[in-house]
Order: sequence, then structure tokens, then C-alpha cells
Amino acid sequence: MTLRNRELVNLLLVGLLTAAGFTAVYIARSDVVSAGSLSYAAFFLALFVAAHVILRFALPNADPFLLPLGGLLTAVGLTLIYRIDPDLALRQGLWVVVGLAAFALLVLFVRDYRALDRYKYVLGLTAIFLLALPAVPGLGRTINGANLWVGFGGLVFQPGEFAKVLLVIFLAGYLRDNRELLSMGTGRFGMPSLKHFGPLLVIWGGAMLVLFQTNDLGGGLLYFSIFLAMLWVATARWQYVAVGLGLFAVGAYALYHVTPHVRERVSIWLDCSWGFSQACPVYDQGYQLAQSIYAISGGGFFGQGLGRGVLLTAEGNTYIPYLETDFIYAAVVQELGLAGAAGLVLLYLVFCYRGFKIALQAADGFSKLLASGLTAALGIQAFIIMGGVSGLIPLTGITLPFVSYGGSSIVANFIILALLLMVSDRVNRERT
Amino acid sequence: MNAQVRRLFFVLVGLFVALIVMTTYWLWKAPDLEARQGNPQLIVQQLTIDRGSIFASGGKTAFARNRKVEKKQLGRTWYLRTYPTRELAARPVGYSTIERSRTGLEESLNDYLTGSNANLDTLFNNTLDKLRGITQRGNDVITSIDAGAQKTAQDALAGHCGAAVALDPKTGRVLVWASQPTYNPNLVEGHFNQIQADAAGAPCEPPAPLLDRVSQGLFIPGSTFKVVTAAAALDSGKITPSTTFNDPGYCIEYGKKVFNFADQSGPEVFGTVTFAQALEHSINAVFCDVGKELGARAVLDQAKKFGFYEKPPVELPSDEISVSGLYRNGRPYDPSDPNAVDPGRLAFGQERLQVTPLQMALVAAAVANDGKIMEPTLVDRIVDPDGKVIRTTDPDTWKEAMKPQTAAELTAMMTAVVQSGTGAAAQIPGVQVAGKTGTAETGRTGENDTWFIAFAPAQNPEVAVAVALSNQSGTGGATAAPIAKEIIEALLR
Repeated sequence: MTLRNRELVNLLLVGLLTAAGFTAVYIARSDVVSAGSLSYAAFFLALFVAAHVILRFALPNADPFLLPLGGLLTAVGLTLIYRIDPDLALRQGLWVVVGLAAFALLVLFVRDYRALDRYKYVLGLTAIFLLALPAVPGLGRTINGANLWVGFGGLVFQPGEFAKVLLVIFLAGYLRDNRELLSMGTGRFGMPSLKHFGPLLVIWGGAMLVLFQTNDLGGGLLYFSIFLAMLWVATARWQYVAVGLGLFAVGAYALYHVTPHVRERVSIWLDCSWGFSQACPVYDQGYQLAQSIYAISGGGFFGQGLGRGVLLTAEGNTYIPYLETDFIYAAVVQELGLAGAAGLVLLYLVFCYRGFKIALQAADGFSKLLASGLTAALGIQAFIIMGGVSGLIPLTGITLPFVSYGGSSIVANFIILALLLMVSDRVNRERT
Repeated sequence: MNAQVRRLFFVLVGLFVALIVMTTYWLWKAPDLEARQGNPQLIVQQLTIDRGSIFASGGKTAFARNRKVEKKQLGRTWYLRTYPTRELAARPVGYSTIERSRTGLEESLNDYLTGSNANLDTLFNNTLDKLRGITQRGNDVITSIDAGAQKTAQDALAGHCGAAVALDPKTGRVLVWASQPTYNPNLVEGHFNQIQADAAGAPCEPPAPLLDRVSQGLFIPGSTFKVVTAAAALDSGKITPSTTFNDPGYCIEYGKKVFNFADQSGPEVFGTVTFAQALEHSINAVFCDVGKELGARAVLDQAKKFGFYEKPPVELPSDEISVSGLYRNGRPYDPSDPNAVDPGRLAFGQERLQVTPLQMALVAAAVANDGKIMEPTLVDRIVDPDGKVIRTTDPDTWKEAMKPQTAAELTAMMTAVVQSGTGAAAQIPGVQVAGKTGTAETGRTGENDTWFIAFAPAQNPEVAVAVALSNQSGTGGATAAPIAKEIIEALLR
């Protein structure tokens, strides 16, 4: 079977699962949801088959699992968002269309992704610019304590999601150029001299400053983890990871003392997670995390069933604020149970496995670093938000890739998917 | 670079495994978390059960029943609770809500009301319901509360901060369970602030309208505790009703004179009196001497035989029942060294004694029932949705408080209290009432705890009652006794 035929079979399986999911919601909530909901699955399948056809022409040798995996994750998210609020699901559906359009444009018109290497400094600076945008007065919007959003008229978007992709491209190019110098122990303690380390420190410092300004702990943790992961892949020097973790600890400690928002998040985490002590302010600042933990614990092994979980109040609001975005993992566990949660985590792991496999097989350093960086970005982001929602680590507000409601997030993730498939196509073409 | 990429993958695998471990941990913690504040999980699931109703004695008046609500956007039928009698039986029935969880019988009988009790019959019905896909139905509870007398008691207590409880001394069936200020249980969901606002005019601070003053309210027993002291004295055999004492108008405690309190009826100094007369006129000086003679240990031991220092086994959540006894720093305190307690002041019910109206009703019930205290019960029977009785309450002895002989002597003495002593306000034409008044000083004028405990008819008791009021300027005989009389009349009618 050719790669593309295998992809088509996988997509049809995803389509069947999606139809099953929407049917389950329809049965559970038949008096709220119309039979038209079933057309969602058909519409959804048609979109991804269209993407598949484009791949047949543009990237015939690309990995056959990534698109169906992205599709299945998107379907899980869409089904749950639909169950929470059908209107939101319609908008999310539109964002999926926009995301797939961006995906198609990239795949069709970027002849060789390696050309991106030439613009790495421009892209790096653009990333910083994007990260700084929410701090611009009149443009930035503060939502849930973090100023991450930018508003143009009625449209609100999160530039950080795109900055993440640009930073990975920059780092891939920069580290490929400097990895030999960085891996040599030329300075004291086996460290490279400041001359080579300098530009990286500057980028890191700039990014950290922006994060102080935006109050976005989750983003800070994510960008820094991506940075460390890629630096480690490029240089194979664990010293960098050690120093980096030390730097991060100092940064986090400073952040803890400077911003009350971060201090509050940490103290809630200490009180509410692990053992869930009586000190947890379940009606005040700890409400969101407490409700999330309640929803997770109430899921059981197989969940309450799609559409049957305790997610909405008598007035139709969600018990957990931001359930459809940051907290969607809690909805997954509540309705699909531990089995569903393990399935979701497994999907991310398989996605990462395929992504890293592309990196392993890539011939040139830029492709290797790009594929591993993009994959690590997606995996780490998924871990940070699911860990936060379940109380494993302090809660920070970022989206769950492909699953959470949110336009910027969906579009950015489809761009990651497109880039990975482009690398994969070149890798497989060169191998055969 | 490939080695690092592989290791990076394994790091991610490790992180995701930790995530699943954490998720599993919460699953394992679920039984613990279900009862936590603000957790809607179990409550909302239970809202889809057609919860059983709670009825007054006889099963006609419903204190609590369900209102079926079709919530379109929720996609399922919810059964919300409604309380047709509003404030009437707010206690002991309690409430069942989403926002504020449950209290009272709604909480303690939740398993029966939701049909999740382990009773074989119920289990069979539920399994059948689930297979048929129909709503799970709960069991109905028929209480022993007499709706008419309950209304009499609530109305009589209105405007006071206090409680009244009446029970059948021979069976322990609770007939009246009243507490003021009260609340409308229909307001708990969604209008909680209104409850506090409604109670704002009550003559006590804080008004605490949600407090069940019958089983949780702590009052100083004052002279009603003399019944306990008298039981200890008579049971010991050292003192009989006709033993004589000299009342100089005060008793000497640690070299200081403690004067008689003004709630005694008659002159301030009685001179030579019998023990029976001392109870009739509530003479502190005599009981002070009796206490010193018996010692604090003997009086406290007698109190324990009445059930002090234990939670009466009524069918309410354990945290809604307070124990009676000596209190220190807000906690019950049972001194190992009896010399730490002043036996004289203990004997006439001061000395940091704190008791619940329920406990004092049980003291009266013990005298009424030949010294035996029956387990107080609020539930007569529980009936499944098909009308089949799945639980009935059988009378059971809780305590043997004193010898039958002592009970008979105390009955005569307490009858005299109402006939010619401090409790004259509780006289009912054609019915012999036995009782004891209490006026406990808190040290501030107008803030006395006043009491009346009684049972009637004295020779063949059907009702034992306790009434306690706080922040009173009058005596127990003038404030509490008329309320007790109204309740007894309502129950004997």
C-alpha cells in the first residue's frame, strides 16, 4: 500500500470515530442538539480528505499517520466543544477550515522549507515582536490574568502561538550554524565562550522579559523547554540543560516574588493538588482547579459518557471556567474516563513518535532540528496544560494542541503539521 | 543528534506517564473528594434521581418533595427539591441543594431517599429501573413529627432565640422539633443571602438561622439540672424527698456566700425545708449543700447515666448533634480531678455546664419512663416507591438513668413544682403536669437562658418536653413554661 493510500484508510477510520462521537452526543442530548449535528462528521471528513488530496499532489512521500492523528485530535476537541456549546463548535469548525487553508497554502506554495533557514533572524525578531504585541497599549487584551491576546476590532488572537513556531524555525537555523562551536568545551568548566553563547542568551533574555510583561507563566515554561530541548539535541551537552534549568529556577523564583498572579497560582497548586488539603480555597481563587480536579475524579475508568458528564450548571454555564479552552482535558476525563485520557495521551505520544522519527531520518541538521523542535513544542505544550489541569504541576494558561477551542491555536498547530509533513516528504524522497 | 532525539522522546514518555499516574490518583481519591465542599459531581448525579419525599407523622403532610424540572439545555430531567411547609420543619428535615449540599434528615437519610441504600428490595428495583432506562426512584420517609404541634411550637417560639422539643417518653418518638430563628429551606438554593437578612431581627447575635438549636444549640441548664442532681441524691439512698435542710438564703462556697436566685417562688429565706420543697421552690442553697455532700464526681456520673457527654442517637448527621456537659474553651470537658469542679454550683446547673434542649428533654423523659431513656427517633418508617415498608423503627432502650423508685419520687416532686411551685404557669386543667423550671444567669441582665422541662400526664406520661430560650429578662417559669404548656396541650388534644 502506498503511503497516501494508508493515510486515506487512516482518515476513514478517524471519520468513523468522529461520526460515533457526534452520534453519542446526539443521543445523550437529543433534545438540545438537532440531527443536523451528524453532518458535522461528514463535513469534517470532507475537509480532511481534501487536505489528503492536496498531499497526494504536493507531498506524496510524507508520513501517512500525522494528518490522521491531527484529524483525530481535532475531532476529539470538536466533539467535546460541541457537547459543551454547539455555537462554539461551529466557530471552531470555521477555524479548522482556516487552519487547513493555511496548511494547504504552505504545502502548495513553499517549494522548499529549507529556504526558511535564510530568514531565520527575520523570523526570530518577528517572534519577539509578536510576543511583545499584547504589551502594546490599546492593542493588548488581558484575559484570565494574562495579557496574551491582541485585538483588532472584533477579532482577538494570540500571537504567542505563532511566535512559538517562528522561534523553533529560528533556533533550528541558528543551532545548525553554531552547534559545532557550542558543543566544543572552549571556555572554563567545559563551557563554550560567551562569544558563541551570547546571541542565545540575548534571545532568551528578551523572551523572558516579554513573558514578565505578559504574565504568561505557561508560555515562559513552554518556550524555555523548547529552547533547552533543541539546544540539547544540537549539542548533546547535558551541561546546557543543567545550567538552563538553573537559570529557569532563578527566573521562576524572581517571577514568583515579583508577580502576585504567579504567587497565587503556586500557592493554590500547593494547597489543592496532592492530597487536596482543607486549605484549598474551593470557592475563591482555587475554584477553577478544584472544579477541574472534581471533574477528573468523577470520571471513573470509562467516564460518564459523552454528553452525560457533570460539566454544565442548571443555567447552562460550565462549572469550570475556560472548560472549552485550557481545561478541556478535565472534560475528556469526566466524559471518557481514565481510558479516554490514556487514549488521548497515547495519541500525543504517537504523534511525537512519528515527529521524532522524521527528525531521526532527516539528512541535514536544519531538518533534524526543525522536526524535533516542532514535535517537542507540541508534546511539551500538551504536557504542560494537561499537567496543570490535573494538578501535577502549577496551572498555567495554554491550549491543548488541536483539542482546545481557539483560532490562533488551531491555525498554529496546522502550520506545525504542514511543516512536519514537508520535512517528512523530503526525508522519504531522499531515502528512496 | 539522533541519540538526543531518542532520549527526548523517552523524556516525553516519562512526563506523559506521570500525567496518567496523576489522573489515576484522582480517580482513586474520588470517594474522598465527593463529599468535599462545592463538588457538584455526586449532587448533580443525584439530582437525576426522583428523590423520595419526607412526610409528617401519618404520611399526609409533606415536609419535602420533588419538583420535576425539564432543563432543555442540560438534556435531562432534573428533580429539584421543594419544601411545601416552608419554615415549619426546616429542622429536623434540613435541605438538599446543589450549592450548599445537604443537612438534617436530607443528609443522614440520603441513601434511602435516593434509593441507593443496600436494602435488597431497593437494589432489585434500581437494577430493574436501570435496565428499563427509567428514572431511579427513591424511598419515602415518614417521620414521627406531629405537624399540628410542630406549628404550635414554631409559632410560640417566634420572636425568641430558642428551641422546643417534645417526645414520647415510652417509645422515644420525637413529636416536636422546633427552633427559632428559622429559615425557609426553599431559599437555600439561589437566595442564601435572603435567609440571613430574614433572621436579622432575632434577639440574639449572631441570629444563626441555620443552627439546629434542638440538638446543636448549647444553653446553660440552670435549675433544670437540679433534676439530675436530685436523681443522684435519691439514687444514692443518702437523701429522701423528706430529708430536711436548712436554707439560710445562701450557701457558702470557698468561704464566700452565694445567694439564692430570684426565680425561686416564695420568700428569699425558707429556713427549714424538705428536699421535695427545695425542688418545688428551686432553692439553690439546698442543692448547693447536696452537691457538696455528693461531690462533683457523683453528680457528673449521674449526668452520664442520662446521656451527657454522648451524642443522643437520633437519626441526624453526627456533626449536627452537640454533646451536653461541662465545657472548657469551647470543648466538652470531663475533669479527671473532681476537685477542679465546684460541686455546689454544679448541683444547681451553673459552673460552665452547657446542654442541648434535646438532652434536657431526655432527662424529663427518663423521669417519665421509670428511669429508662428510650432512643430518640425521628423516623417512623421508610416506604419504597411501590408502597412496601422497608424499614420501621422499633423502640429501643438507650440509657437506664435511675431506679424506678427514684423516678417515682421525682415525679411527685416535679408535679409539686407545677402545682404549687415555680412552674405554675404550665398548669393544664384536667391534666397533671410534672415539670422543672430553669433560669440560668449569664452574668448580664436581660441575657438569661430560661428553661422549662416537663412531662404529662404525670401518672401515665405521653409527652416529655423541653423548652429553652436565650437572652431573656424573665424567669423560666414566666417565659418557657407557657410555651411548654401550649405544646403539651397541642399534643394531648
